[in-house]
Amino acid sequence: MAVTLAQSTSQPKPKRRAAAALAIGLLLATGLLLVIMTLSINFGAADVAPSTVWAALFNYDPTSTQHLIIRTLRMPRVLVAAIVGAILALAGAIMQGLTRNPLADAGLLGIESGAALGVVLAITFFEIKTLNLYSIFAFAGAAVTAVLVYSLGSLGRGGPTPLKLTLAGAMITAFCSSFTSAILILNQQTLDEVRLWLAGTVAGRDLGLIAASLPYVGVGMVLALSLGRSLTAMALGEDVARGLGQRTGWVKVIAAIAVVLLAGSAVALAGPIGFLGLLVPHIMRFIVGIDYRWLLPYCIIGGALLLVVADIIGRVVVRPMEIPVGVVTALLGGPMFIYLVRWRVQR
Amino acid sequence: MLATDTLTLGYDGPNILDQLSITLPAGQITALIGPNGCGKSTLLRGLARLIKPKHGAVVLDGHDVQRIPTRQLATQLGILPQNPVAPEGLTVRELVAQGRYPHQRWFQQWSAADEQAVRSALEITNMVELADRAVDALSGGQRQRAWIAMTLAQETDIILLDEPTTFLDLAHQVEVLQLLEQLNRQSGRTIVMVVHDLNHATRHADHVIALRAGVVQAAGSPREVITPSLLRAVFGIEAEVIPDPRSGVPLCIPYGLCAAEPTDTLYADAVGSRA
Repeated sequence: MAVTLAQSTSQPKPKRRAAAALAIGLLLATGLLLVIMTLSINFGAADVAPSTVWAALFNYDPTSTQHLIIRTLRMPRVLVAAIVGAILALAGAIMQGLTRNPLADAGLLGIESGAALGVVLAITFFEIKTLNLYSIFAFAGAAVTAVLVYSLGSLGRGGPTPLKLTLAGAMITAFCSSFTSAILILNQQTLDEVRLWLAGTVAGRDLGLIAASLPYVGVGMVLALSLGRSLTAMALGEDVARGLGQRTGWVKVIAAIAVVLLAGSAVALAGPIGFLGLLVPHIMRFIVGIDYRWLLPYCIIGGALLLVVADIIGRVVVRPMEIPVGVVTALLGGPMFIYLVRWRVQR
Repeated sequence: MLATDTLTLGYDGPNILDQLSITLPAGQITALIGPNGCGKSTLLRGLARLIKPKHGAVVLDGHDVQRIPTRQLATQLGILPQNPVAPEGLTVRELVAQGRYPHQRWFQQWSAADEQAVRSALEITNMVELADRAVDALSGGQRQRAWIAMTLAQETDIILLDEPTTFLDLAHQVEVLQLLEQLNRQSGRTIVMVVHDLNHATRHADHVIALRAGVVQAAGSPREVITPSLLRAVFGIEAEVIPDPRSGVPLCIPYGLCAAEPTDTLYADAVGSRA
């Protein structure tokens, strides 16, 4: 009896302490993100003193070239990196949780290439130039490929296994990329407009584009975060989740809408950026564990952090030239992919 | 009380269960037995509303389970599927805490009742010391106890289990079955389990339902159901049934296959690999 009493007083504590530690960790990570974003703004081809950066942010003078550089080049750039990193990581975490597939990622499963094809079609055939309309084509492309990949990957025995989904994703990616290339080769003018964008870049966006994407990003994030508890239960398997009273059909529908909004917005903003959605949730799971109520916010901050850093790396390594950030994430993500295939995928 | 009323279940192909009407006695342990493909797992999934009936209904205390909100049903009836897999790194305590899902709302914090239910589930299953270990690092028997603890934390009157002893060695089989018996005797929970080992059924169940090709061949106490003629009809085996030297329940000793195996068994094996 004494033993039971001792346990009953000592047991609830680790849980609360863990929650407090996770909350503090999230705050610290957010602080780190803000610091690195500030560094990223300070850093560029033209030397701008930190005090001038500060003035450009909080005391903007439109006649100053340096202020102009900060406001129209560097600030949008770091914001796009942070937003795109956050939402790609979030989309990856949701897909991995829902399909119980460690290889799920908007890039690997073909959703980004579908969104990219949608945007290229929009530019080529409909001569669309505004992000609002880009986004709609990106969402349509993302939705169509998501449905295609899931249906193809579910064919045959055993339903959507990681292997089949990944193969279906590779196939759809190949199809969409070839189609995109064909359109671009036939339309030289479109090629010049989208060549850099197709490699995945956070440069050359303006604040207006970011503002136009915010409603979609916001709705996608709210939907995604609302799934936290459900995704944790879904990770135990669909039968268990339903046995626990989970309405799995609704969870899948909401998750699909969130993924399409998030991945589509990311592609509309920055082009297809691979591996980030794969990489970040795995790193965060290692730190946070598998409670999606914590994992999802951590993925938002972690994804933003990783893409902002990747963008800085892309600007440093071949100065004064730049490597598109999509290339940097692929360089980081490739080894991670091999590690996951080697050690983490059953069958 | 849980029952089925002309329940017809199936996946894409032909029906696996056709117009099945059975009653699962409240407060007792019921064992579902039968050869592979006879529909016993399908029946269990149907009872837990994991499959929508093509016809008929599963009835809980007079209500069609399809009409009970799924979260409410989850506070009355828990299911442990066959061979569940926990995500890597999930601790026993985290797994057991998931059992509280149907009792929580999104705006509610983890309550004292939740904490109490998790602790008592860990104590009953003897998992307190392993609570902070990762589920995937445990032995088979411990892992199964962790999953049963999750189902217990759900605090349902009815627990359905699909082959709870599969892949376990003898000691762990006995451990799990004794745990289920203890749950039934001490807190009056209704337990329905699919079992392969007939002697587990006779030794631990109060009520046995024998199925073949989706049809109930016999239902009743182990003594009534487990007879040489039933074993011939259901499993196509020649067996001796003797009283267990200690408890007196029927003990089945198979000696060989019947000369003419029932043709339906072959058919049932062909239509569904789902046991």
